[in-house]
Amino acid sequence: MNTIPAETWVEIEQVILTPAQRAPGIPDDTRATPYVRRISGFLTAPAAVGGDATIRTLIGRTLTGTLRVVNPSYSHSFGDTVPELLNIGLGGQA
Amino acid sequence: MSRDMSYAAVMARKNEIMKASLGIDFSAYEQSPVCFDYERMMRDTGFSHEDLVRIQRETKVGDTPLFELRNLTEAVRKISAPGKGATILLKDEAANASGSFKARRASISCYEAKRRGFAGVATATSGNYGAAVASQAAQRGLKCIVLQEVYDSRGVGQPEIVEKGRKCEAFGAEVHKLTVGPELFYCLLTTLEETGFFNASLYTPFGIRGIETLGTEIAAQVRARYQRDPDAVIVTHAGGGNLTGTARGLIDAGASKTRIVACSVDLSGLHMASDHDFNRKSFTTGHTGFGVPFATWPDRTDVPRNAARSMRYMDEYRLVMQGEVFYVTELLAKLEGIERGPAGNTSLTAAVAMAREMDRDQIVVVQETEYTGAGKHHNSQLAFARSMGIEVRRGDPRENIPGKNIVIPERLEQVRGHDQPLDKLRLSYLKNAAKLVPADRWTAADKAFLSADVKKDPAWLESVLPQLKA
Repeated sequence: MNTIPAETWVEIEQVILTPAQRAPGIPDDTRATPYVRRISGFLTAPAAVGGDATIRTLIGRTLTGTLRVVNPSYSHSFGDTVPELLNIGLGGQA
Repeated sequence: MSRDMSYAAVMARKNEIMKASLGIDFSAYEQSPVCFDYERMMRDTGFSHEDLVRIQRETKVGDTPLFELRNLTEAVRKISAPGKGATILLKDEAANASGSFKARRASISCYEAKRRGFAGVATATSGNYGAAVASQAAQRGLKCIVLQEVYDSRGVGQPEIVEKGRKCEAFGAEVHKLTVGPELFYCLLTTLEETGFFNASLYTPFGIRGIETLGTEIAAQVRARYQRDPDAVIVTHAGGGNLTGTARGLIDAGASKTRIVACSVDLSGLHMASDHDFNRKSFTTGHTGFGVPFATWPDRTDVPRNAARSMRYMDEYRLVMQGEVFYVTELLAKLEGIERGPAGNTSLTAAVAMAREMDRDQIVVVQETEYTGAGKHHNSQLAFARSMGIEVRRGDPRENIPGKNIVIPERLEQVRGHDQPLDKLRLSYLKNAAKLVPADRWTAADKAFLSADVKKDPAWLESVLPQLKA
């Protein structure tokens, strides 16, 4: 199994509440799922993806969870072009 | 001995956690279960207007430009009746440190947290406020934790919220990315308990007082350039803080005749706590899913008494459809040469519709803009909606069905918005108050508070009392 070295930037996942522990009064589709938190930080010790891991966050706190992603990155974009927008307002015409 | 961390046990410790993390004893202002001394709570923050301005200048907040949207105003006049078509002004709040008016709100909370010796601040928000707190905390040397509702259960993130999370991390904050659910508040409570950080809630008196400078700046800038007060100021409305703080600032500056108009995107029919509906809306805030419940019961939030009390200041409430906002956002780029994010463009959409009905010599102010970019751009939102199975097309915006389609107008004439009757919301508010104490047991002080809290006189309240008994 691939071990990820200490000090690597990673994302961990924690199940905060199981479906049975969730708040009363929430919709059924939400209640069917656990309440999950993801946090990024630097691994404090070598760990494997899918295994237990401890991280040090950007503000120096130590947190534990399941190692989910190595080098979590942002890939959000402007999305595929929506042609319906392109001819709005052309030539100064509303 | 370890504390009980079950949902029920943590919620039961809510009041003690709030007191420790805010340093405000809300019980000192309580006068009865329905009534409290709002103005004294606001005054007790201890800041003068000059203090607010000075604190905000230290951290790159305020003094934002006010632009006249000449081409958009001209376009509205072309489709208006003779003599109609008010001048549309835009307050460019994207110029604040973190790219939105929320920097005003965060600035005073972070200043207060530092002054009281807290090591850090925490806040639960999926909006621009997270980045605002992170940016202000960075400048004050405070640690910062932002809790966000980002993902549905499949791990699909709303692109706009993903971008807001990125921005928080860019300012050095620890970001908690959570799945859909009201348990965000539970997580905030456990985080405050673990860290002993200051609760930089959106709804404290510090947050709301920080927005007052937005109202005073608008009054001063409009007077300097046009020698008159604005006739209407339109505020994108969600939790109510933006409207409350801006209106208080305008009143403080003496612009008491300016109409305060709320505007939200109409998302009726979508459930805000639904895992399925979460990614089928193309606006993450400034919509009726927050705007209506917060107007009709402000004290539903993470502080015992909410300093944001929108109905106390609101004169009118306009709703717009998602497609109308995307159309006007595109016009802002093409006609005015600026790209801005969705929040301010919501009120800009209502302004376009209202300006058409107002006289030509009148002035309507759109009181905010926000930054835009990957994830927060209207093209990102529409592309994401399409990928979630939402139909996107041009047509009559009255055919919009939230969660099913987004119909982008074909012409400016089709941008009309629609009215949300205020008296209906006022009655809902009073019915919520009657759940605490039945209306027939309200004291004279209760009635005075409740009528002020819905911007009506006590005679109006007496006239609707029979309707509350049902």
